[in-house]
Amino acid sequence: MSRQEILDGLKTVLGPYTMDKQALNSMNDETEFIKDLKINSANLIDIIIDAEERYNIEIDADSAEKIHNAGNCIDVIMEKMKEKS
Amino acid sequence: MSGRVVVTGMGVVAPNGVGVPAFLHAIENGISGIKFIPLYKDLHFNCQVCGVPDFDFSHLKDYLSEVTFHGLKGSTIGYAIKAAADAWLDAGNKLYDGKVHWETGCVFGNSVADTEAMKRIISLVDSKQSRKLGSRMVEQLMNSGSTAYITGLLGLGNRIITNSSACATGSQAVLMGYEYIKHGMAKRMLVGSNEYIDNYIFGAFDAMRILSRKFNDTPEKASRPMSATAGGFIPGSGAGALVLEDLDFALARNATIYAEVLGGATNSGAQQGTGSMTSPNAEGVVHCITDALHNANIEPKDIDLVSGHLTATIADKMEIENWSVALNRKGDNFPLTNSLKSMIGHCLSAAGSIEIVGVILQIMHQFVHPNINLEDPNPDIINIASAESFPVKKINKNLDIVVKANFGFGDVNACLVFSKYKK
Repeated sequence: MSRQEILDGLKTVLGPYTMDKQALNSMNDETEFIKDLKINSANLIDIIIDAEERYNIEIDADSAEKIHNAGNCIDVIMEKMKEKS
Repeated sequence: MSGRVVVTGMGVVAPNGVGVPAFLHAIENGISGIKFIPLYKDLHFNCQVCGVPDFDFSHLKDYLSEVTFHGLKGSTIGYAIKAAADAWLDAGNKLYDGKVHWETGCVFGNSVADTEAMKRIISLVDSKQSRKLGSRMVEQLMNSGSTAYITGLLGLGNRIITNSSACATGSQAVLMGYEYIKHGMAKRMLVGSNEYIDNYIFGAFDAMRILSRKFNDTPEKASRPMSATAGGFIPGSGAGALVLEDLDFALARNATIYAEVLGGATNSGAQQGTGSMTSPNAEGVVHCITDALHNANIEPKDIDLVSGHLTATIADKMEIENWSVALNRKGDNFPLTNSLKSMIGHCLSAAGSIEIVGVILQIMHQFVHPNINLEDPNPDIINIASAESFPVKKINKNLDIVVKANFGFGDVNACLVFSKYKK
């Protein structure tokens, strides 16, 4: 699965957690979840749970702590998918 | 500050009608909201009928942001949001106006926090998957969850309180809201209560053998307050909400005024005398009614209608006796009395607020709703008050003063006096 495919998938995952659909549509690696997408910090944990389900992976607490923008979220997802395969 | 408190908005989620127009139609026409629940049969409950609102959870999308709606699971909170937001809009306000209404507070009560959230937590924790619970469970597990959702949605910035006193919860919430405005602590209060009866709550009541079990095949006949064949109450779910407002504040913003709250009282019989955990001390009830009338500055003879607690248990007779003693009225002189529970069952914490919405509608539209299922009044009751005191058909009538009471487990009483609004 390419970075672009995961980025597109992430837009679906993030959809229910942001009111700013314009910022979501133009999301790139640098897009910060809290600052740019105005996502409530408490919801980051829900986003991780939804991503785990979508990609059939487990994101441990240490890896989850690294996630704050789309780019490092994709990094973690790709790493976990690789570990699994 | 006028020192007068009026009702300017209402919202309701009742077993026989969701939204004020549907609810009004139902109570005018004696429509029952009691339904047979097949699952209760599978669970071997004695009582297999319940008051269930025809509530479409997805309609909450009309009130909540997509983000807020996404993680909301519980019906308890869903009912509260619907009733409270409808009351707020009905009073001429807007959702999401971006303001903090510092002059407006909230008292909203319930008995049990959201049991659907609890069940999810218990099952995921027990199966060692607590990490899947996510961030939204605690806010729905809190007793103050409903109040928190409502006040965030409406931007209420005055005192925010979650109250709980079993079946007196709703009436107490309205009374507290009234008192805060009356004493100048707030200009407006969004008040109400909610209840969601799930299998577990229902089962616990069923085990007490205080629910009606002989009408499982004819659910609409199952709730029979004051009837000789009353065999217990029928639990119901729902929520009721009202906007209470200082008269001057309401007039200044050209609000439509539905009725006035003249006063009220709440007390406890302390589980002494005839009182216990589950039944009221008659002396306490009489005190509560007398205090409410005194606080509202009205005489027993002024009362046009009593909206009773009257659940369809053996306590009905005692309640009528207590009203008779407190008001010193009996026989043909006993006031007209009705019980909304004949149509919706006993909505426990939500009973008071839903029934008060019913009272305000009767005052606005000048009618007395029928007591359904009262073709066979209990002889002990009509020994105290004439049978004509308990109408079985809708009566169109000039209604001015209506007294409402609820009595809850723990021997807590609450009584309120409402009137037509006069300038």
